[in-house]
Parts: sequence; structure tokens; C-alpha cells
Amino acid sequence: MSSVADKEVVVRTVDVVKQYGEGEAAVRALNGVTCEIFNGEYLSIMGPSGSGKSTLFNMIGGLDKPNEGSVFVNSVDIAQLTAKELAFLRCHTIGYIFQTFNLITVRTALENVTLPMLFAGLTPDEAEERGMKLLTTVGLGHRFHHRPSELSGGQQQRVAIARSLANNPSIILADEPTGNLDLKTGQEIIDLLRSLNQERGVTIISATHDHKMLDVSDRIFHIRDGVLALVETRDELDRSKATASGS
Amino acid sequence: MNQTQFKNLDPPLRVAWGQALASIRVRFLRMLITSLGVALGIAFFCSMQTLRLAPQKDSTQSPEQMQWLIGTSLVMCLVGVTNSMLMSVTERYREIGTIKCLGASDTFIVKVFFFEAILLGFIGSLSGAIIGTALMAITMLVLGNPPIFVSTLQVVVLGTSVGIVMTVLAAIAPAVQAARMPAAAALRMDI
Repeated sequence: MSSVADKEVVVRTVDVVKQYGEGEAAVRALNGVTCEIFNGEYLSIMGPSGSGKSTLFNMIGGLDKPNEGSVFVNSVDIAQLTAKELAFLRCHTIGYIFQTFNLITVRTALENVTLPMLFAGLTPDEAEERGMKLLTTVGLGHRFHHRPSELSGGQQQRVAIARSLANNPSIILADEPTGNLDLKTGQEIIDLLRSLNQERGVTIISATHDHKMLDVSDRIFHIRDGVLALVETRDELDRSKATASGS
Repeated sequence: MNQTQFKNLDPPLRVAWGQALASIRVRFLRMLITSLGVALGIAFFCSMQTLRLAPQKDSTQSPEQMQWLIGTSLVMCLVGVTNSMLMSVTERYREIGTIKCLGASDTFIVKVFFFEAILLGFIGSLSGAIIGTALMAITMLVLGNPPIFVSTLQVVVLGTSVGIVMTVLAAIAPAVQAARMPAAAALRMDI
């Protein structure tokens, strides 16, 4: 396993604080998180619900702004961006996958995949061609004209993965991608994400409490009560696994 | 480290138009009910207008009464239209959040709702205006007080324009608010 010291940083957070509500009712979802995420790694963010996992995910993805501290994506400070620039960043640099799939219900699978490409300025023909390729990659080339309601959960998540790849993002953010899927389908989605990570070199950041995810992760962030409690690397994981099976 | 090169480009209008059309096509029944709400309000407004513009042979109603009726019809129409459009935006916060994640700008989202509102407003108001005006004109004809054709046409045009303007205004306000929301907040909204 290569060392992470020489790797390029794609996301950096510095003392990120996020607070919901005001005054006495205020809840600190994140309480000073500083971390670096490297290009091409498969990172899992683990933590019990309410730990601030999803909040950190939203911060990294530019879906929400921190109250204090900064988030840098490709060395751009997200807080400094205008709404338009933020939209551009979301369109080109980050792909999103959600627990509840969040496909556009009124559009077909293919249209769901091509929509971000149209936002990026591709012509409909170019978008359609690329969209079909992506759907074929995730194994859904034959169901391109179906609407989300006509697809199973696993198939919807595949469409969502194809959509997240639409504009060749450098980062894919997956918020509990297997949370609404059965074990077998969940495993297939994890395998698909891992192979995309290895073949395309896309950075995958996944918030999860699915232990199957750990087996494929390069690093794991453990979040507890709004702070980054522990960072585990692949080497450490393998070692603890070996000890566990050896004893 | 690769720097992001920001360009200021918005997709062509037809992308927003396509999204609006797809939304109307798939949610046809829902949209039909929304535009029925618009139609009913405008129909009432137009029937009152037709009554007002009728040649006054035997004035059973004083001008004050008439003004009051027209005022009421406008308020009813406004409440109906605003309610329908507000619902159709707020029930789609999640969709708005998702589209934002895909890289849609705030203006794109507003455009989609603008097109939807114009289409719905046009269909709803025109049919409402025709029905309202025709019903009142027929009633007056039966009662032996035929309305002037030109003025009924004016009422239809007036009713349709009032309806479209109201629909668009009622849709744009919540759409702008939804579009400005941080994507995470829009995604969290469950109604």
C-alpha cells in the first residue's frame, strides 16, 4: 500500500464548525473538524447517526456552508464562491449519490444522466451518447428509457451512480449509498463504486455505517460528537483484521 | 493541484423548457387540478366582469354592489391561484435540492417554474375565462339582456392576462425562495 504522504489533496477542511439553530437551542453538529482527503482514495466516513457525519458530507460537497472554518475543494475555498460558481463546482467537480437515490422522478434514466451534462453545456446529442455509455458501464444500458418508478432500488442507485459520473468529476460523494438496499444489492453497489474508483481514479467519499464498506476503503474517518475521533488507514485495518483472525 | 476554472454559463433555455414540459406531462393529473383551481377563480372573475360590462337596462345592482362583487371575485381568484402554485412548488423542495446538486444554477430553477406557471396559467386562465364569460353571457341572453360581443371578448382577454400574471407571480415567489436555499436544506425538506 502506497503512503499517503506524497498524494495530492482534493479536499481540505480547516476547523469546520457547523451549528444548527440559535441561542440555547443551538446544536453543534460539527465542532472543529480538520482533515485532508487525497486524490484517488476511497474514504469512508463512519459514525453513529447524529454524530455529524452527514453534516461533514454536506460541507465537503458544498451543499451547505460552515459557520466557522473553511472547506477547500481543489484548493478553492467554498465559502468564497458565489452561488453561480458553487453551481459550477457541483456540476463539474463533484458527483453526488444519496441514500434515497434522489433521481428526478419525471425524467427517464437516460435523461437523469444527461441533465448534468446539459448544465455543463454539452449538446443533447453529445450528452445522449455519453449518457448511454455511462448507463452501459453501470449495467443498465437496456433500461435507459424507463422512469425511476419503473426501476428497482438497486437499478435506481446504478442510474444515480451513472449520473454522478456525468461530467467526469474528480470527487464522488456518496451519502449512505447502500442504506436503502438489501445486502446483495448493497454489495453490488459497493463493488461498482470500488471498480470505478480503481479504473477511473475518481475519489470516493462515502458516509456510511455499512461494515461492508470498510473492506474496500483506503481510509476510514470515525466521527464522534462532531469531531474527527479517529483516522484508520488500510494498513492498520489489515493488521487488526489479521490479529483478530489469528487469535 | 488542479485549479477549477470557473466559467459563467447557463444551459440554453430549451433545457429549462424541457424540464418544465416533462414535469407537466408526468404529473398531468396533479397539474390538471392545479390549473382547474386557476380556471375556477378566473371563471368567477370573468362572469362578474361580463355582468358589469352588460348594457344596464334595469339596474338591479348598484355600482357599489358591483364593485364589491368584482373585488371579492379577484380576492377569491388570487387565493385559489396562490394556494395551488405554492403547493406545487413546496412539494418539490427535494427535487429542487437534487437539481441543485447536479449543478443547476438558481436562475435555472426559477426558469423551470416560470415556464410551468406560464403554461398552466395560460391553459387554466383561458379555459376559465371562456367558461365564466360564456356561462354568464348565456344566462343574460336567456334573461333577455344580451351582452355585447366585443365586451365579452375583452373580458376573456382581461381574465386570461390577469390569470397568467397571478399564476406566474404566485409561483415565482416560492420558487426564488427555494432556489436560494442551500442545497442541503432543500434536500432535508420533507412535506
